[in-house]
Amino acid sequence: MNNDNAQLSPEALRRIDREVAKYPAEQKQSAVMAALVIAQDEKGWLPKETIAAVAEYLGMAPMAAYEVASFYNMYDLQPVGKYKITVCTNLPCALSGGVHAAEYVKTKLGIDFNETTADGKFTLKEGECMGACGDAPVMLVNNKRMCSFMLPEQIDKLLAECK
Amino acid sequence: MALIDTINPLLTTGWAKGDAGWGIKEYEARGGYRQLRRVLESKMTQDDLIAEVKKSVLRGRGGAGFPTGLKWSFMPKAAPVKYVVCNTDEGEPGTFKDRDLMRFDPHAVIEGMIIAGYAVGAKAGYNYIHGEIFETYQRFEEALDQARAAGYLGNNVLGSEFSFDLFAHHGWGAYICGEETGLLESIEGKKGQPRYKPPFPANFGLYGKPTTINNTETFAAIPFILGMGGEAYLNLGKPNNGGTKLFSVSGHVNRPGNFEVPMGTPFSKLLEMAGGMRGGRKLKAVIPGGSSAPVLPAEIMMECTMDYDSIAKAGSMLGSGAVIVMDETVCMVKALERLSYFYYEESCGQCTPCREGSGWLYRVVHRIEHGEGRPEDLDLLNRVTDNMMGKTICALADAAAFPVRSFIKHFKSEFEYHIENKKCLVDPETQRMGSGFFKAGAV
Repeated sequence: MNNDNAQLSPEALRRIDREVAKYPAEQKQSAVMAALVIAQDEKGWLPKETIAAVAEYLGMAPMAAYEVASFYNMYDLQPVGKYKITVCTNLPCALSGGVHAAEYVKTKLGIDFNETTADGKFTLKEGECMGACGDAPVMLVNNKRMCSFMLPEQIDKLLAECK
Repeated sequence: MALIDTINPLLTTGWAKGDAGWGIKEYEARGGYRQLRRVLESKMTQDDLIAEVKKSVLRGRGGAGFPTGLKWSFMPKAAPVKYVVCNTDEGEPGTFKDRDLMRFDPHAVIEGMIIAGYAVGAKAGYNYIHGEIFETYQRFEEALDQARAAGYLGNNVLGSEFSFDLFAHHGWGAYICGEETGLLESIEGKKGQPRYKPPFPANFGLYGKPTTINNTETFAAIPFILGMGGEAYLNLGKPNNGGTKLFSVSGHVNRPGNFEVPMGTPFSKLLEMAGGMRGGRKLKAVIPGGSSAPVLPAEIMMECTMDYDSIAKAGSMLGSGAVIVMDETVCMVKALERLSYFYYEESCGQCTPCREGSGWLYRVVHRIEHGEGRPEDLDLLNRVTDNMMGKTICALADAAAFPVRSFIKHFKSEFEYHIENKKCLVDPETQRMGSGFFKAGAV
């Protein structure tokens, strides 16, 4: 067990407090989704000890926090590369090149979905609808940055700027 | 950014400046928060306010089309703690209107929610925002800070006796949270598994308190309705289908994007606004209301007008207003395979017919697409959907079943060709070029 993973930084706790303040005092658990994202940003992924630390901080059972972490797709329960690229391949995106964009990234990086490059830099994921179908093909970088109209040239540019 | 075009701009009036027009100063300059001020200063009664919304025949813009005023009137008057919740968990494939509303006009959503809070007697609200649009969530938080600083949120809004505060909550990748009770569970910090209904949220909602949940576009329409009056809003559309509506047009058109048109606008006009068919190719099929709505062949769709009643009469649903346009380069089996995978992946697993049925649908469509289909498979698919529809807590099972039934109904020969010849009717190279990803010679 890695003790570092069971500790959240004061900055992370301060951000979690701000989330907790959004809900009625007796409903701290409502902040668990945001708190897990804050923790994931800090650790790069969500080891079990980190999930337990979040649960303890919010006064909920570790299993209840783990249920949340394992239910929602964007929590990473395994280590990922420095850049996690998620490509939407759902039908509306596919009609405008989503599947082909994913193939293009696979070829460029030499990895398949759910794989990480040997240098630990990129992880590739297949995504579901991101609600931006008019901008297809769309990709998410590290869950939070949305990239639109990802034709070959834009993909090349994105991969080049991920240092 | 997605292209925007409109007839009679209402919801999209604030979009003209794109990312430069979302702030509170800009919103106030175009008349924003004036309706909230009027409601509070005139001490409008809750009943009068709800009556005005009823008059507009605004119907829920999230997909179900339930009359908004009626929904508000279900809230028990006496309850001490009540909530207003906005559903911006926009994950229905093909839908991307709420994202643009939130990016370009977040204060319209905020004003609509405050007014709704006043109408139903709630003191707090939450806006649940799709996890994938985190940048939009951050902007909304900024907009909330602006509204708080200006006295529109917090204790004694604009010096009145009415207090209301509003917070943003983000999802993190679960389609099911677009279902209103799954969404409530998610705000409570749990897996987003839908609840049995009844009790409905108006009686037992967030934290067990009476709750009104509406879609983002529904809330955003409220200030405009109060500004012009319910009747004038209704008259923008057609009877029983009030106002204007945002349509997200995706797929094989020249200009995918959001378009605001009056209810009842012919589909052909909407297609024209979206720049017509990409490369001048022939229209094959349209899913008119998000991926859960039954697909319609071109010839039926071209006769439709864009409103709840016309699309329903044609055998589909207006749903969220997501219009997925497919041309002749599409293999309908492959298209259905991707949709079926989506429902299989997103089923929350709570109800057996959905958890197991969505897997069966995906696996059988997958084997047809991959040349392993059997002659009895189409009957099998229909039988599986029979055992799913109406047999689960929420509508995800129906949403998984509708595409399967409608694709088979309208494009049966294409499925039969696949099973018999173990390949697509549309040749692979044609399919490959259809997406527009590969420019000639570029890759």
